[in-house]
Amino acid sequence: MSASAVHSLWTTAAEPISKIDAPKIEYAQLSPTLIVIGAAVVGVLIEAFVPRKSRYYAQVFVAVVALAAAFSAVVALAASGYGTTKAHIAAMGAIAVDGPALFLQGTILLAGILGVFTFAERRLDPQAHGNRVDAFAAQASAVPGSDTEKAAVKAGFTTTEVFPLLLFAISGMLVFPSANDLLTLFVALEVFSLPLYLLCAVARRKRLMSQEAAVKYFLLGAFASAFTLFGIALLYGYAGSVSYATIAHVVDGTITNVDPALAGTMGNDVLLLIGTALVVMGLLFKVGAVPFHMWTPDVYQGAPTPVTGFMAAATKVAAFGALLRLLYVVLPGLRWDWRPVMWAVAVVTMLGGAIVAITQTDIKRLLAYSSIAHAGFILAGVIATSPDGVSSVLFYLGAYSFVTIGAFAVVTLVRDAGGEATHLSKWAGLGRRSPLVAAVFAVFLLAFAGIPLTSGFAGKFAVFKAAAEGGAGALVVVGVISSAIAAFFYIRVIVLMFFSEPKPEGPTVAVPSPLTMTAIAAGVAVTLVLGVAPQYFLNLASQAGVFVR
Amino acid sequence: MNPVNYLYLAALLFTIGATGVLIRRNAIVVFMCIELMLNACNLAFVVFSRMHGNLDGQIIAFFTMVVAAAEVVVGLAIIVSLFRSRHSASVDDASLMKL
Repeated sequence: MSASAVHSLWTTAAEPISKIDAPKIEYAQLSPTLIVIGAAVVGVLIEAFVPRKSRYYAQVFVAVVALAAAFSAVVALAASGYGTTKAHIAAMGAIAVDGPALFLQGTILLAGILGVFTFAERRLDPQAHGNRVDAFAAQASAVPGSDTEKAAVKAGFTTTEVFPLLLFAISGMLVFPSANDLLTLFVALEVFSLPLYLLCAVARRKRLMSQEAAVKYFLLGAFASAFTLFGIALLYGYAGSVSYATIAHVVDGTITNVDPALAGTMGNDVLLLIGTALVVMGLLFKVGAVPFHMWTPDVYQGAPTPVTGFMAAATKVAAFGALLRLLYVVLPGLRWDWRPVMWAVAVVTMLGGAIVAITQTDIKRLLAYSSIAHAGFILAGVIATSPDGVSSVLFYLGAYSFVTIGAFAVVTLVRDAGGEATHLSKWAGLGRRSPLVAAVFAVFLLAFAGIPLTSGFAGKFAVFKAAAEGGAGALVVVGVISSAIAAFFYIRVIVLMFFSEPKPEGPTVAVPSPLTMTAIAAGVAVTLVLGVAPQYFLNLASQAGVFVR
Repeated sequence: MNPVNYLYLAALLFTIGATGVLIRRNAIVVFMCIELMLNACNLAFVVFSRMHGNLDGQIIAFFTMVVAAAEVVVGLAIIVSLFRSRHSASVDDASLMKL
C-alpha cells in the first residue's frame, strides 16, 4: 500500500490554500498607528544595540520624529477627506478611519510629543556623579537604597526604555478610539495600559511610592479590564459577533440575512444589558469616573510627574474616544437604558471630584481630583447624544490635554532637596519668588476652573451647551455648581502662590531645558488661543464629529 | 450536555475570581484571581462560539491568552520589584499614600 493511500484512510484533502482570501489592509490609512508601533520596535532595538551613552539621544530623536511623522500622516488623512466624506472602516472592519478617530489621534500625538519633551528633561535634578539625570530611575530593577542602585547611579545609567514604552502606549491609544470591534478595543486597551503600568514604577525619587502606585494601578487596571473582557464575552454571546456594526444592527433589530445557526441563540437582552454595563465600566475606569476612580489620586501622586502629565492627558482622550464610539455607534438603540446610568455617574463624578479636591494638600493629588471632576464635565457632553455632544467632547479633550501636560510640567519645576516639592504649603509665596512660573501655573489653574479667555471656558461652554440642548438641563446645573466648587480650590492655590509670604526654607524653581519650556509654552499658547479664538477649532471639531458605522 | 451550563460555570469562576481580588491580601494571589477571571472569560467565549456555531469566540480566546501572558510579564515584574524593596507582597502594607 502506498503512503498516500494509507494517508487517505483517516484524512481528506484540505481545500487548496489559495481559496483563503487574503485580508485587505489599507496600510496608508493605518499609517499613524503603524509609524508609532514601528518606532517603538526601533526603540527596543536601540536599547539592545546602541552604546549606552548615545541611547538617550537616539531614543529621543526616534520618538520625536516618529510622532511628528504620525501626526503629519493624520493631518494628511484628514486633508484628503477621511475625516468627513471618505470616512470608512479599514483593516477588515477592525479600525474606523473617521472624523472623531483622526481628531483624537491628532490630539494624542501632540500630547505624546509634549510628553516626550517632558520625559527627556535632564536639567531639573541635580547632576549625579557628573551625569545629567532625568526623572526616571537609574536602574528600575535595583532595590531602592541598595548598593546596586548606588552603583547604577554612579555609573550614570538611565532608564531610556521609557521612550519605547511611551511609544507603545501611544500606539495603543491611537487604536483605542478608532477600534471598530470589541476585540480590537480590548487589545488596544491592554497595549496602552501595560506600558503605563511600567512607566508608573520607574521614578528616580520616592521610589517606594512609585512602585506602590504601579502595583495599585496594575492590580486595579487588570481587574477592570477583566470586567471589560467578560462584558465583551457577553456582548458576543448577545450578537454572535464582536463587530460594532453587527451588534448595533442586532440592538436595533434591523439585522438582515441572519445566519440560521445564529438565529436561535442571539438577541438575549439580559446578555446585552449586563455586557454593556461591564464594558462601559471598564471604560469609565480608564476615564476615572467616580465609582471607579479610586486609583486616580494614588497613581497620579506616585508616578513620575512627566508620566502623570502624559497619562492624565492622553489616557483620558483615548478612553473618552472609545466610550463615545461605543455609546454612539454600537448602543444608540439602547440609549434609554444607558443615559440614566451615565447621568448618575456624571453627577457623582463632577461633585465628588470637586468636593474631595478641596481637602487635598498635595498638588499632584489636587490635580488628580480635578481630573476626576473634568471627567464628569466631559461625561455631560457624552450624555447629550447629539452631533454637538460629540464635537464639544472632542474640543474639550483637545483643550484639556494641553492644559494638563503644561500644569504637570510646571509641577516638575518646583523642587527642594527631596525632589519635587508637591506639598501645597511649600508653594506658598511662589509668586514672589518666581513670578513667571507662578503666573504660568495660574493660567493653567484658571483654565481648569473654566474662567473666560482660557480654553477651559470654551470647552466647558461647548459641553454644557450641548448637554442642555440634548435635554440634560439638570445636569448642566449640577455641572455649574461643581465648577463653582472647583473654582474655589483653584483660586485658593493662586492666592497661596501670590498673596502669602514665602517661607525661608521654601523650594526653589529649577531652570528647565528648552524641552520642558517648549511643553509649558505650548500648553500656555494652546490654552490662550483656544480661549480667545476658539471658533476655528470648534468648527474643526464639529466637522470631525461624525462617526462612521 | 447543554452548553448553557458551561456559561454558568464561567460566571461562577468569574465571580470566584472577583471575590478573591476583593478579599485576598497578597498581591500574587490577587493577580492569580485576576487570571482566573480572564480564564472565565475565555470559557464564556468558547461556549458562545459553540452555541452560535461560528469561530469568532475561539479566535478571541487565543487573543485573550496572549494578552494574559503579556499581563503576567508586566504584573510580576512590578509585584516582584515591590516585594524586593519592602520584603512583603501584601497589598495592605503598600499604603504610603493615603488621603
